Amino acid sequence: MNGIHDMGGMEGFGPVKPEPNEPPFHSAWEGRALAMNRALGYAKIWNIDKSRAKIEEMPPHDYLTKTYYEKWAQRLEQLLVEYGYIGEDEVKAGHSLRPGKPVPRFLPAADVNKALSRGSYSREPTGPARFKAGDRVRTRNIHPHTHTRLPRYARDKAGVVECVRGFHVFPDSVAIGQGENPQWLYTVLFDARELWGDAADPKLKISIEAWDPYLEPA
Amino acid sequence: MRALETILTEKGYVDPKALDAIIEAYETRIGPHNGAKAVAKAWVDPAYRQALLADATKAVGSLGFASRVGDHLVAVENTPQQHNMIVCTLCSCYPWEVLGLPPTWYKSAPYRSRTVIDPRGVLKDFGVTLPAETEIRVWDSTAETRFIVLPMRPAGTEGWSEDKLAELVTRDSMIGTGLPKAPGAAS
Repeated sequence: MNGIHDMGGMEGFGPVKPEPNEPPFHSAWEGRALAMNRALGYAKIWNIDKSRAKIEEMPPHDYLTKTYYEKWAQRLEQLLVEYGYIGEDEVKAGHSLRPGKPVPRFLPAADVNKALSRGSYSREPTGPARFKAGDRVRTRNIHPHTHTRLPRYARDKAGVVECVRGFHVFPDSVAIGQGENPQWLYTVLFDARELWGDAADPKLKISIEAWDPYLEPA
Repeated sequence: MRALETILTEKGYVDPKALDAIIEAYETRIGPHNGAKAVAKAWVDPAYRQALLADATKAVGSLGFASRVGDHLVAVENTPQQHNMIVCTLCSCYPWEVLGLPPTWYKSAPYRSRTVIDPRGVLKDFGVTLPAETEIRVWDSTAETRFIVLPMRPAGTEGWSEDKLAELVTRDSMIGTGLPKAPGAAS
């Protein structure tokens, strides 16, 4: 969806503000929010793209004003309600009002290292890749109303395939319950002038990771 | 937040001890010191450097960190001709296993919006100015591929041990918003 999360190339947000010696968490609840998200991500009730989509669906005002972990906490609550693991009445009450339902994969303390490791998103290819390194491609002019990982600034742009990354789970499908639908994934390189016009820095290049359905031959 | 944790614990969805252990891991074991170790090793060991650039998942995996690296880690090398910067314009994708939790600025609107259109301006916010002739290459992490920058080894560090070199490797130098510390610089 053409949401507020798709920020590449926007201006007006001000300078980047690095924080010297930033602690891992600015308050204890942030750690709890992160850990709960991790533990329930491990539970396999939903997938990573579904959870990204949930944050993207936030109203732009909330997206821009809530902190990172506030968004994570809200997303977690909404997903648990959506999948029927908790009720709105329980959120309101602040405690459980009925027994839980079984979690596909519970995370006991002894297995925490497993939750700290990323899974693999590559799958067994079902055919050869359509493009190879060096091929000229054009990104498609698509505007799906659901989750996609093709940023707006890189749509309908000419680029070059730099690298074939593998055969990966396709976010646009898996985020909306249409299965993993794996596709070839490429690194596609653009000259800044193709993205930002003739006045752009001639010594700047930008790449995205693009799945096959985002591309057509050029 | 406490209310949500209470509900989830009462319903048997989370083990509070598991949550403690996740927090403890990110506060102590999983951080940029892991990535710094790989960078320092690449600086002293040409075979490791090659292995890291060819398959960072495997090369970093061989160092045995607490958090197993995902399958899709890619190391990109800075040279006098090209400086690399990592961003995620769509969310906050970041190589957690080698750099730990992303800093707040990395997840912020200013960084996510400007890096792909004005990376030199972003570098200025970090006090970094590169020669105009240095090409800047920005990697937008739009898939599950994760990137780590292999910065250039600072001059004047000939003969240094891996451990000593690793102290010069900052988190920001592995994202591309900074350079390694100069030898003798205060830490």
